[in-house]
Amino acid sequence: MIEVDKGDCDFCGACAAVCPVDCIELYEKDIKIDSKKCTECKLCIYICPIEAMSYVEHETV
Amino acid sequence: MWNTKRYDIIVVGAGPAGSTFARIAASKGLSVLLLERKTRIGVPVRCGEGVIDSGLRLFYEPCPEWIATTIDKFCFIAPNGSSIAVKLQEKGYILNRNVFDSDLAKFAEKEGATVVTNANVNSLLFENDKVAGVKGICNNEPFEITSKLVIGADGVESRIGRFAGINTKINLNNIDSGYQKTISGIDVDRNVCSFYISNELAPGGYIWIFPKGNDSANIGIGISGKAHINGKSAKTRLDEFLDLKYPKHKVESISVGGIPLSKPIKQMVTDSVMLIGDAARTVNPLSGGGIILGMKSAVKAADVAVKILISDKEPTKINLIDYQKQWMNSEGKQINRIYRIKTAVDKLTDKDLNNIIERVNKLPVEKRSLARIFRACIPQKPSLLFDVAKVFVGY
Repeated sequence: MIEVDKGDCDFCGACAAVCPVDCIELYEKDIKIDSKKCTECKLCIYICPIEAMSYVEHETV
Repeated sequence: MWNTKRYDIIVVGAGPAGSTFARIAASKGLSVLLLERKTRIGVPVRCGEGVIDSGLRLFYEPCPEWIATTIDKFCFIAPNGSSIAVKLQEKGYILNRNVFDSDLAKFAEKEGATVVTNANVNSLLFENDKVAGVKGICNNEPFEITSKLVIGADGVESRIGRFAGINTKINLNNIDSGYQKTISGIDVDRNVCSFYISNELAPGGYIWIFPKGNDSANIGIGISGKAHINGKSAKTRLDEFLDLKYPKHKVESISVGGIPLSKPIKQMVTDSVMLIGDAARTVNPLSGGGIILGMKSAVKAADVAVKILISDKEPTKINLIDYQKQWMNSEGKQINRIYRIKTAVDKLTDKDLNNIIERVNKLPVEKRSLARIFRACIPQKPSLLFDVAKVFVGY
């Protein structure tokens, strides 16, 4: 799944602009990714200017 | 209370486009609610802040507090370090966008618009399958407000369009990853904007140095979304550049964002919804400048919206489409042309760029104009170049 480092994130919305399924919701100082909608295409990781987003393998429970 | 009234128009986003729209619509007697997600309008700044004097004057008499410095020269630096300076035919400014944006919202308020900050719109309100307002959260309280028309002025990450069923997706080729630091304690010419054009430094974009006074500047980078896939991020690239060029700089603030560099959006309106500014991709796709273009889209959209609402017509897609038509016959057409140039410029290698600067340097100084530089870039299409020259920054 896609993870956001909220300490680094500036909430600029570049990721939301490229997200093909509109699963990223922005607040003034928060960001939420709807993991049910997310297709893990990683476009948000590529556009993030500050490397605040990363892909982590699904955790097996 | 602002959240219990019914409005003619709700404008989402108090940037230059949203506030300009709100000001015009309110001045014509319409009830307007201007919603802004941020706590303080204009903060944080997400912009290089460059505009051309004549562009700004189309809308506002420049106010001294808005202007950090006046620009009279551009300097282009080639990958090999050689450079050319070009005197501008008209002056430009580096703005203080925090003051500028805040004043523009105040102008809208003065004309009668209600301005509310901290208001996060998270969906549209539908009645009988028709857009009838917005829903959101303000200071942890949910709100639902009805209006005849909703204006999406909510920036590059615009969701209003998506909520209304407009395809606003932007692919990685058409958006730059932008990262900027406002730094101080550096030696910088306060009247010159510099551009480092180099695929090695900034693939699919450039590094800009926009002075903000005697010892400070906005120094930023745009790289194409594609360039980051197998390479360094915008942040890493800019930090490397700053450490090399200005090892003793002090960071005042950091600004991050996606810069839309696309063709005009295919659909700018739908029933009861219009998109303006970055949300409608009203940005010069070569320079990334969008302040003046955003306000132009606001004026065109406001003229159409006001006419419809004042004559009690329904703001249907068919009635609102005049805005899109007008845009595509003027600035939209120009953006299409600049997009074609961008596509050509994107193909230039660092060797090509070095050659171009060398060629221009052979021209006598008095003959060096932006138009000639672009002509040197793309010799086969000189007719396109005057537009680009005029619009490189802030138009």
